[in-house]
Amino acid sequence: MNLLIKGGRVIDPSQGIDETMDVLIADGVVLELGQGIAAPEGTQTIDASGLLVTPGLIDMHVHLRDPGLEYKEDIATGSRAAAAGGFTSVACMPNTSPVIDNKAVACYVVNKAQSEALVNVFPIGSITKGSKGDSLAEMGDLKEAGCVAVSDDGKPVCNSELMRRALEYAKGVGITVISHSEDLALVGEGVMNEGFVSTELGLKGIPWAAEDIAVAREVYLAEFACAPVHIAHISTAGSARIIRNAKARGVKVTCETAPHYFSLTDDAVRGYNTNAKMNPPLRGESDVAAMKAALADGTIDAIATDHAPHHPDEKDVEFNVALNGIVGLETSLPLSLKLVEDGVLDLKALVSVMSCNPAKILGLDRGTLRVGAVGDVTVIDPGKEWQVEAAKLESKSKNSPFLGWKMKGKAVYTVVKGQVVYQA
Amino acid sequence: MAENTVILDGTGVKRALTRIAHEVLEKNKGVEGLVLVGIRTGGVHLAQELGARLSEIEGVEVPVGAVDITMYRDDIKGHHEHLPVGKTELPFSVEGKKVVLVDDVLFTGRTIRAAMDAIFDQGRPACIQLAVLVDRGHRDLPIRADFVGRNVPTSRSENIMVAFDADNKPTEVILQK
Amino acid sequence: MGFRHKDIIALKDLTKEEIELLLDTADNLSEINQRDIKKVPTLRGKTVINLFYEASTRTRTSFEIAAKRLSADAVNITASTSSVVKGETLSDTAANILAMKPDIIVMRHSVSGAHEYLAKRVSCSVINAGDGAHEHPSQGLLDMLTMRQKFGKLAGLKVAIVGDITHSRVARSNIYGLTTMGAHVFLAGPPTMMPPGIERLGNVTVCKDMREAVDQADVVMMLRIQLERQGKTLVPSMREYSRYFGLNPAVLALAKKDAIVMHPGPINRGVELASSVADCDQSAVLKQVENGVAVRMAMLYHVCGGEPVE
Repeated sequence: MNLLIKGGRVIDPSQGIDETMDVLIADGVVLELGQGIAAPEGTQTIDASGLLVTPGLIDMHVHLRDPGLEYKEDIATGSRAAAAGGFTSVACMPNTSPVIDNKAVACYVVNKAQSEALVNVFPIGSITKGSKGDSLAEMGDLKEAGCVAVSDDGKPVCNSELMRRALEYAKGVGITVISHSEDLALVGEGVMNEGFVSTELGLKGIPWAAEDIAVAREVYLAEFACAPVHIAHISTAGSARIIRNAKARGVKVTCETAPHYFSLTDDAVRGYNTNAKMNPPLRGESDVAAMKAALADGTIDAIATDHAPHHPDEKDVEFNVALNGIVGLETSLPLSLKLVEDGVLDLKALVSVMSCNPAKILGLDRGTLRVGAVGDVTVIDPGKEWQVEAAKLESKSKNSPFLGWKMKGKAVYTVVKGQVVYQA
Repeated sequence: MAENTVILDGTGVKRALTRIAHEVLEKNKGVEGLVLVGIRTGGVHLAQELGARLSEIEGVEVPVGAVDITMYRDDIKGHHEHLPVGKTELPFSVEGKKVVLVDDVLFTGRTIRAAMDAIFDQGRPACIQLAVLVDRGHRDLPIRADFVGRNVPTSRSENIMVAFDADNKPTEVILQK
Repeated sequence: MGFRHKDIIALKDLTKEEIELLLDTADNLSEINQRDIKKVPTLRGKTVINLFYEASTRTRTSFEIAAKRLSADAVNITASTSSVVKGETLSDTAANILAMKPDIIVMRHSVSGAHEYLAKRVSCSVINAGDGAHEHPSQGLLDMLTMRQKFGKLAGLKVAIVGDITHSRVARSNIYGLTTMGAHVFLAGPPTMMPPGIERLGNVTVCKDMREAVDQADVVMMLRIQLERQGKTLVPSMREYSRYFGLNPAVLALAKKDAIVMHPGPINRGVELASSVADCDQSAVLKQVENGVAVRMAMLYHVCGGEPVE
């Protein structure tokens, strides 16, 4: 069946397009872009007038908790949350149980996604076996099984020698390495950003230096090894500065930040709000400003949610005991559109960081509406106002600091390979 | 609008206190072993006055103390916010003493019950007598004053107020309707 | 005026009038502690549960005595800190305790914010007997009562607090309380024990040198150094700590002549306080302990029976 998306404002930075036109998808592939395309017989038509039409959004950093932790989320529910948030593709982190550190587990994810997921699910394998930081995982096998990157996300690879070899080896395999950058000794028993708020609440702080030092190490290792590295969820002004400087001298480093790092400060922790507890922690105002500046000047390549579902039993506890992380798939788009409203990004840049760039970093044949490309499309109503309600979230978990927030902007159609998988 | 009637003016209050002083002396045959204990806050001021009169008549200092009955109230649960607590100051032992408890107005008797509990927590007096400036009736408990300045029949909705000046000297007794 | 809180979790939440009321009540109740029969019937029939997740003989005993002097029934539950992570959740423990219909839960917990968490989940009153490095309101109140008894007022006092400010709930409660009451707090301690932004918590001046903080002070409050908490990274040794941040007679001489020395206890003699200082006439340490009972009676009295006010 064919799908014609008519009269929308098509924004596709991969082709430099920002104009009102029609998009025709046939057999899951973009067949034609242009004005006044006539619908062939049996074509489903979407009237997109007044709406934005973009290459399908890609969230390159989510936790689907499948296998092993399905009480928090599974591939089916996580993919529904993704579709509701406008994402046609997600890359899921390997800190499952067991860890995605071998072909068998990677294949499980790929197969389950094929049968149950609404959107494309790309597994990320681990850098080290069991993400234990001792020895390299079989990256070649992982890539063959469908992994699009490797990462020990949730913890850093502490051993610098091992990280160096991981970067070198991955370069040979042709797989992206994603670094969770954190100096664990500096983090210690910290549970939130170290600053005035931690002083006031009497909570142990995590200094920004714990992130900056680790980011700097990855930059130097990548520079030395002449290999690319992608830094996950940066949150500090220092990380942005280090990466900006590294890019300027030609280091192949890319990075992402999450919507909460440019939407919230550590003020959100007040009241010991465990839904404001994540790692890295919410930072201060200057860091939030630095995230916006780094998005604006292209230092930050991608917005990724770090969607981290947790069961209420793991969040509805004392602050120190609560697990890190928040769900983000369904709130990412409006929070990011706010950057456009605030003049931080234009729409093209937004689509770049939410679709084109993640595709490039992961080597996906997506993030574009070029004729012949996979028909993954997101249709967005940028003016649609709605409120975040736990009961209406598709994700199995509701651990969001944005519950109750009034949002503006929503995906109204999520199209995967020419099929409408979500309609608001 | 509340209507105020003066029941005792300044002179009347003084006369009443002087008469009570004489009655106390007569009943106790002097001030030997006698202590005065006022109930905060009005009763304390009156106890001071009464004490001054007794000393004047007998030429001997009569000890005067104060009890705060907040911690002995029987209606604490009924208050949405707890009342401030005053200080109990008994600069003498009540053990074996003849205690004259002094209050401004005798009404339900609950305050007197609380004050007697407070005194017994400090020791075992030989006896407790009660002196009040006004008895307005409506007792909830079997309590009777030994010395009364003035009996004033009231309805439950009315209010009796003993006014004091800046030096804590009683100035008048007012009935508010 | 009365007291309108269901719980007492932080001095930060209390107004000047409320702190004054608590101190006045404590002052007036202290007379009961001097009697032969140290008991009044005020909270007869009320049940106070002392739920202690951290060992603290002193604070627990003080709360227990306070409850008993008001005729409340006090029950002690000691839970091990490890159960915070592994055993029954606080929420389940609270539900179980609540099913036994207590009127007040007095809790000591190692996690900052645990009381805020608990208070949202129980209908009875919650009194904070110390949460992590957050607040210790009863200690702050008894410290302020001790100062007020000595100087007749709190406004205008210069109070030096010396030690590990980062990990001290005592420091935080005193900073909030004293600032609200118009006193000026001077802090001193190694930079490794001085948390960022502490000067913004109230009328606070951070001093590099302990002598600067103690100079012309009315009150010198020494905090307990907890070896188990501070670990090995914050100071090289107790010996060096005590050389720079211990109170000896020479440093104390810089304070006002009638200054008092305070310590929340238990004292590490020879570390925070030279023994001669701990035992000198200026030491108010035992007065603090004495006032602790009266302050806790005042706290129990004012939260108990008072219904939550919207």
